[in-house]
Amino acid sequence: MQKMAATLGFLSVDCLVSFHIKKNYRKFQGLISFLIFSADYFNEGESLSEDSKLRFDTCQLLWQQMKSEAEELQEELNKNLFDKLIEFLEKSHLEFRKKSTNWNYQIKSREIPTAALVLGVNVTDHDLTFKGLTAMLRDTITPYVVSLQAKECPDVKHLLQKLASQVMGCHIDMESTEEEEEECVQLSQKKMHYSMAFLSTWYRNVTQKKGSESVNKKITSSSQWKKSPPIVIILKDIESFSTKVLQDFIIISSQYLHQLPIVLVLGIATSPIIIHRLLPHAVSFLCIELLQSLSCKEHLAKLLDKLLLTTRFPFKLNEKALQVLINIFLYHDFSVQNFIKGLQLAILEHFYSQPLSILCCDLPEVKRRIHSLSEDQCESIRRLPSFMRYVEKQTPEKQVASLTNERFLKGRMERKSLSLHIYHENFFIVLKCLHAFTSSLPKYPLGRQIRELYCACLEKNIWESQEYEPALQLLRMLAKDELMAILHKCVEVFRSSPGKQLGSTAEKLKEFLAQFQSLEESNEEENGSGSQQKGLQKTDLYHLQKSLLEMKELRSSNKKQTKFEVQRDKVVDMIDNLVRKYLFPPDTQTLYEVVYFTGAHTLREHLNAAPRIALHTALNNPYHYLKNQALKSEDDSIPNVAPDICIAYKLHLECSRLINVVDWSEAFATVVTAAEETDPNSTASEEIKEIIHARFIRAVSELELLGFIKPTKQKTDHVARLTWGGC
Amino acid sequence: MSHLKQQKVKMLEVQFVGDDDVLNHILDKEEGAKFRKDRAQVLVNVKKLMKKQENDQDEDDQDDLKDENYVDILGADSQEYLKNGCVASGGNKVYSFQTRKKPEKMAELAYEIAKTSGKSVPLICKNTEKMASTPQSSKKQSTSEKDQLKSDEKNEFLSTPYRLRKRLTAVSTFPSDTESEYSDSNSEDDKGIKQEEEKISEVLMDQKRLTKHSSLSSSSCKKVSAKKMKKDTTTDLVEEYFEAHSSSKVLTSDRTLQKLKRTKLDQQTLHNLLSKFSPPFSAELKQLNEQYERLFHKWMLQLHLGFNIVLYGLGSKKELLEKFRASMLQDSVHVVINGFFPGITVKSILNSITEEILEHMGTFRSVLDQLDWIINRFKDDSSLELFLLIHNLDSQMLRGDKSQQILGQLSSLPKIYLIASIDHINAPLMWDHSKQSLYNWLWYETTTYRPYTEETSYENSLLVQQCGTLALSSLIHVFRSLTPNARGIFRLLIKYQLENEENPSYIGLSFQDFYQQCREAFLVNSDLTLRAQLTEFRDHKLLRTKKGTDGVEYLLIPIDTGTLSDFLEKEDKEA
Repeated sequence: MQKMAATLGFLSVDCLVSFHIKKNYRKFQGLISFLIFSADYFNEGESLSEDSKLRFDTCQLLWQQMKSEAEELQEELNKNLFDKLIEFLEKSHLEFRKKSTNWNYQIKSREIPTAALVLGVNVTDHDLTFKGLTAMLRDTITPYVVSLQAKECPDVKHLLQKLASQVMGCHIDMESTEEEEEECVQLSQKKMHYSMAFLSTWYRNVTQKKGSESVNKKITSSSQWKKSPPIVIILKDIESFSTKVLQDFIIISSQYLHQLPIVLVLGIATSPIIIHRLLPHAVSFLCIELLQSLSCKEHLAKLLDKLLLTTRFPFKLNEKALQVLINIFLYHDFSVQNFIKGLQLAILEHFYSQPLSILCCDLPEVKRRIHSLSEDQCESIRRLPSFMRYVEKQTPEKQVASLTNERFLKGRMERKSLSLHIYHENFFIVLKCLHAFTSSLPKYPLGRQIRELYCACLEKNIWESQEYEPALQLLRMLAKDELMAILHKCVEVFRSSPGKQLGSTAEKLKEFLAQFQSLEESNEEENGSGSQQKGLQKTDLYHLQKSLLEMKELRSSNKKQTKFEVQRDKVVDMIDNLVRKYLFPPDTQTLYEVVYFTGAHTLREHLNAAPRIALHTALNNPYHYLKNQALKSEDDSIPNVAPDICIAYKLHLECSRLINVVDWSEAFATVVTAAEETDPNSTASEEIKEIIHARFIRAVSELELLGFIKPTKQKTDHVARLTWGGC
Repeated sequence: MSHLKQQKVKMLEVQFVGDDDVLNHILDKEEGAKFRKDRAQVLVNVKKLMKKQENDQDEDDQDDLKDENYVDILGADSQEYLKNGCVASGGNKVYSFQTRKKPEKMAELAYEIAKTSGKSVPLICKNTEKMASTPQSSKKQSTSEKDQLKSDEKNEFLSTPYRLRKRLTAVSTFPSDTESEYSDSNSEDDKGIKQEEEKISEVLMDQKRLTKHSSLSSSSCKKVSAKKMKKDTTTDLVEEYFEAHSSSKVLTSDRTLQKLKRTKLDQQTLHNLLSKFSPPFSAELKQLNEQYERLFHKWMLQLHLGFNIVLYGLGSKKELLEKFRASMLQDSVHVVINGFFPGITVKSILNSITEEILEHMGTFRSVLDQLDWIINRFKDDSSLELFLLIHNLDSQMLRGDKSQQILGQLSSLPKIYLIASIDHINAPLMWDHSKQSLYNWLWYETTTYRPYTEETSYENSLLVQQCGTLALSSLIHVFRSLTPNARGIFRLLIKYQLENEENPSYIGLSFQDFYQQCREAFLVNSDLTLRAQLTEFRDHKLLRTKKGTDGVEYLLIPIDTGTLSDFLEKEDKEA
């Protein structure tokens, strides 16, 4: 209590923040490597063993690789967009560069060239895109790239200030080696009144100077830019800007357009219509070109393909974990960055919680590490469920050997890890082939995206699922050209995969393709049936199934199949065989636990938490947290010995909008006195009553802190409920 | 009462069923017949109606189950759900609508809870008598409640409303005959409902006749398809919500703390009292805490890897964070911010970072400038590291959009590690997607059940009025320093205000009347002297003047009547 009072006193005497600062940190003895520093925390507080350090390094290495891969992918995907943007920039201000003075241009020059980038609702990913964009523009087109955010620009004055300081800042960066640096610094440091006029004189000075200089900058892409590089202004989040600011800014800058080659880039999260809604008048000053970025779903598909559907990275997610991440993506934010964050957490958790994850690395490295496994680690391998299953299938002698002989075990492990690698190689090839086949079927019985198919395959044997048979039947109805397109795709899949395991299958596929081609040339008379099937393909599922039945009857009535049909059946049989042979769910594999992350609930808990439900549970069912038998209760009700706040909460649920504090406090007292088993007749001593009242006060103010109630002036001594319903 | 209202709503809806609908339902014989049975019974027996409602609730539950499926889609299986800290049906309970509550519900529940461990209910006599005086609830209710006291345990619940009864039967503490007993004991109410219903149905029939839909009997016009019924139940709930929120009248008792004679406690006595009470389940609580303390290393690791950590769950997390600080951050630079402190601002947080940590003495033009400066400093100097511990990131002062934006940007720096706690149920609403990505949170549930002692000590709670005692003592102080005449003036005003205590539309004493009174008591001789006195009162915040609608000045003492009467008593004793 004393301590409490002391703290309170301290807070009210001292200013508002309380600090506990250790000042002895200054001048670290050299810069401790960050990695080693955080590795200290890797092993649950125990002293850092060689093993956990290795594990942490593996984890970091893997994560860095995956991260850079993801970034590369992002760059690659943005490239298309950026190319278009650059093209647009080069088109704009052509006249300005020619310094043409004709009348027509004077009129037209009132329009600011504007690129509207429709980036989608995943706002969190935009930053990375803009970062890439800025860097790219600086490198290729112009040093004068300004990016502005709505929150930095509450009014035009701030906007211009930001604009000017950034443009001139760029300039300083460029010329930092030259003598006029001083002058520029002085300019920017003077807290002068920034205006467009000021900016335009500055720009003229700079460009003239540069024009006279010999130009040897790194900007070499297009020679016409050298003389007068445009000023690119990126408005990152157009939706959050206030109409007035934008409107004023656009009108002002359009006036200066013949002196300053301004180009606007607008980042749009919703739809291009927003420009017209935001700028009903100023829009006539803009000459807008719309550019669409890749949809985030496609981005995710590509990302999955690069990071998970590959043998390059040993780490994998099991079905539930992957499902959690995908669901957060689909139902919450569409943010690829968040997906990557989830992946990072998954990797971290996997390496943190699974000691054997030390083997989760490249194949050659695995071999080395297997040989250096310690006795304890061997023992934990023997305890792996998947390994135990494997041992059970062995002959008795081998069983004994693998349980007792360390060297024998290591040999086995080596073979098994190799077979796991091969399993993955085949798995992904067959998965992609199957996806090529089924993704174009009507109604997508096995899912449209590869992630859906992948999840299904991870969960169980895909051929036992309900949708598999109908899908195959639909496949047996494919038209020739479609089938060939699919086969081409499959051949492509085989070609792009590094593994040589399914070489014979690839050969077979090519054979099929050749046969179909030859069919096309030789059998002209079968065109009739072919075209009929084409017609069928365009109808919906119901009609298709109906015609399927008809076809069956037809087939049974006259057995004669065309050559094409025979071939097609062969193809479908082949893919069916492949699926049954290679698409086992991974948990059947030995050493599955080493590479698969299974903690779906940890991901959910940490990424997509539900604080309100946790509060509700804690208040409604304290037994869930405090495992005391006294707190156990069957259903909704709670025992009277529960913590005070639970009782107060439970009582307040019974009230509607307003709560009479007196009633509440008496109800509370009734419950609490019952719990304390005092004799009801002997009126409890005044002190106990006081204490109970104090407890009630505390519970009420705690509920107020949590946001369940608030004081109200509607009626004396009443509080208002802030929630409606059972919470 | 509430049942009656509900009934009305239902009946009114029935009117809107068009002819076509009715025909449709006739066509749909099976359903229709089944339904007629249901509905007919409703007319005959109210008790059955209640059953029906229960069915409706079941339907609701099914709906909720569907919702749960959605939740299921979102996440993993229900076992993981449990791990995540919620009972399987957590979601639907949290977000479902409640049924209307009777005002005396709370007391009843209190009995119920009190009984849960099978002990006899210690009914405090005074307590229940007061309960009986709940005004809005009909007199019969209160009498039955008194009866209830005398009757044995079983009968005690005879007059309890159906929800409670349902709960009790669910626990199967009571044999099935309670139901019939119930309808007997509180037949007056039920009859009322029944009568009402019959009236409405008659009206209905009249209407029908008027519109020449003669062939339809009242029962057939109530044929509503099961589907429609379902809809009804949901709309009922929605309407209930609006009903409860539209009317300004709320049925609660009028009792005030004043009558309880319980003095308001100030912080210090509250703490003293609470310190005498040792919270139960200390062993379990300790276990719970140890469980969280094991996570410290993991937190450090994750903080270093670029995540920030937010703690949620019931109970103060101050101690836990304090322990984390003590065990992990001894050798690193850290700032602890008590977000719950009412005077804290983002500016003060930033100031503390620039002045205390970065040792910069200059000033900044704006908070944004300061932020930029900090960001640049941290970018330039890679050896800088800073831990930010924020208790109650969701406090009144920090929950604003701008503050959160700035804190988010601060926390997005790779070398600033943020670990914060939130408590408010709506706290996550502070963050939109872009802020969330700035914060890069990892959520940790830490339900500690610790009392929020410090967090609530600054709250201006209804029951802990620090100003209460303060006002009285300052009142006495000022009063003693006044001239006898001024004392008299003030006393007049107090008396007048106390006389009008019961008058809810009392807005104060008009200046003219007051002047008249003062003159009559020989306290002032001109309105100027009175005004001079009033200025003095006003300066000490003992008086407030307000212009009425008629332009007349009204005088009011802005102190609650309890304090005033206490004051008068004291002064009278002294005198």
